[in-house]
Amino acid sequence: MTENLIHVRDLSYTWPGDARPVLVLPELTLARGEKLFLFGPSGSGKSTLLALIGGLIRPGQGVIEFDGIDLGRLSGPRRDRFRAEHLGVIFQQFNLLPWLDVRANVILPCRFSRARAKRAGNMQTEAGRLLQAMDLAPELWNRRADALSVGQQQRVAAARALIGNPALVLADEPTSALDSDRRSRFLELLFAQVEAAGSTLLFVSHDRELAARFDRHLDLGELNRAEVVA
Amino acid sequence: MNLLRLALGSLLNRRFAVVLTICTIALSIGLLVLVEQLRAEVRQGFYRSVSGTDLIVGARTAPVQLLLYSVFGIGDATNNISYQTYRELAELREVAWAVPMALGDSHRGFRVVGTSQDFFEHFRYGNRQPLNLASGQVFDDLFEVVVGHQVARQLGYTVGDKIVLAHGTGRVSLQQHDDHPFTISGILAPTATPVDQQLFISLAAHQAIHIGWETGMQRPGASIDADAARARAEELRPQSITSVLLGLTSRAAVFGLQRRVNDYRAEALTAVMPGITLQELWRITGLAEQILRVVAGLVVLAGLLGMLTVLLTTLNERRREMAILRANGARPLQIAGLLVFEAGLIAAAGIVVGLLLALGVQFLAAPWLLEHYGVHVGVSLPAAGVWQLLAGIWLAGLLVALVPALLAYRRTLADGMQIRT
Repeated sequence: MTENLIHVRDLSYTWPGDARPVLVLPELTLARGEKLFLFGPSGSGKSTLLALIGGLIRPGQGVIEFDGIDLGRLSGPRRDRFRAEHLGVIFQQFNLLPWLDVRANVILPCRFSRARAKRAGNMQTEAGRLLQAMDLAPELWNRRADALSVGQQQRVAAARALIGNPALVLADEPTSALDSDRRSRFLELLFAQVEAAGSTLLFVSHDRELAARFDRHLDLGELNRAEVVA
Repeated sequence: MNLLRLALGSLLNRRFAVVLTICTIALSIGLLVLVEQLRAEVRQGFYRSVSGTDLIVGARTAPVQLLLYSVFGIGDATNNISYQTYRELAELREVAWAVPMALGDSHRGFRVVGTSQDFFEHFRYGNRQPLNLASGQVFDDLFEVVVGHQVARQLGYTVGDKIVLAHGTGRVSLQQHDDHPFTISGILAPTATPVDQQLFISLAAHQAIHIGWETGMQRPGASIDADAARARAEELRPQSITSVLLGLTSRAAVFGLQRRVNDYRAEALTAVMPGITLQELWRITGLAEQILRVVAGLVVLAGLLGMLTVLLTTLNERRREMAILRANGARPLQIAGLLVFEAGLIAAAGIVVGLLLALGVQFLAAPWLLEHYGVHVGVSLPAAGVWQLLAGIWLAGLLVALVPALLAYRRTLADGMQIRT
């Protein structure tokens, strides 16, 4: 068991059809249990990095080690399974399938990974526990996801990211649609549950104000050696 | 699999578009099945009606025309044949039975056929079934009539009712043979052939009601009363009849006899084999059927293209949905599979609804076809060929869905985790 959950080395990625790489990353590490704030203005290659760590795309060059496993060497379906098993994802907004109820949305990752479903135990109960922990009252659980406010939806997304205790939670600007009070509250709840689950958090945002709350913060704009054409 | 529930949820969420698409496909399938079913059923119905008759003999005319007017009551005879000829035909060695038919009168839109008792005894339909009486008996008196099942049912007749026959075969007859009311002596059991649509009187009665009508109109003061007519029954030998249905002792004799009748010296005659003449009829109607089939096929194609359109348009709206599924661990293949599954479900629903629609229309149209054309259309399950066609269409639906599925597959690979809108 390595100390670092994520270890990125000499990473470079060029989107198909593009002439130059959007991301050139000599090194990035993420310690187990760490909460890392990655400052990523638009155009800094943050989407690409998240897609790479999420195993949605394969690095052109370099290595992404996730818990000692080189993601680039896994086949597409293996990476998909890996993601379902070990990763929780929170987007900026519109995280949920609107036609599913809240609890079914939380359980979604368990539908794609048996291992994760197993870790969650009784999925319904676990989903309920997480929703409660994210300050969502039981009367909301059976509502359609799109009946909830944006702030509530983001908390549902957080509960979903955390179900089945994934090793890593990727958060892509999850607070940008929230006002500052809610942002604060959201972070508190998220941190508490990430810690409870023993997960590692990679939080990407362009809002530097939040950085101070994290264990460590980095600027992707500085780390990325690609010549950004903005 | 859990994915099925996701697909169903997604479909339900877009139920309006989905239901419309299903309707489009259902209508096209309904049309296709209906065309096929009616085609098969109409043919079946025509064959049923003539299956027991070996030859039909009438005045020289086109075979199809002779068949249509003498058996199906479609169109009118242009010429008659002499009674003498009928007698001669009946006497022939190869002829087992001969049923004369004298047409030209009607009763409230139903054809009246002047015939002999041989008709009830020898006529066969369907699977060589004989005619049965549901109630009453065959006509005995000059002014008695036997009515078909539909005639009795639609007009509410029972045995003993008195009815008036009309001259001519129009639905609305201004000239009534009201000087000679007939008594219903019997009602035939249903046969699902034109017999159900007809009334039967004796040849003598046919002759009797036309006394004084030789010019086609009633000559004032020329009619005779019923008793006088009965008294003269012996001499009421008709001069001519419309056609003769023949049953032969052996089917092998049919070609030889047909040739001999066609070469008959005393009179210009046409003898037709019903089955072969029907084939000829189908050749004539075949082109129209083909056109209908092509049109129905094109409509089905339009239905499938409609589904493709809907799937493609929703693909853009659903990009977010797919990104969410993908971020939570769905494989591109699973997402493509969702689309194919969806299309399969829509196509299957469309086919089932369309099938029910076609059978429903068939069921509803059957009485109308029976009443207006004397063609019995049963509501039967489609033939094997139709099922194969439907299976083919379903597969085509899946194939069509490969287009959006492939797009979704490639897009989910290219989009990464980002939700691009």
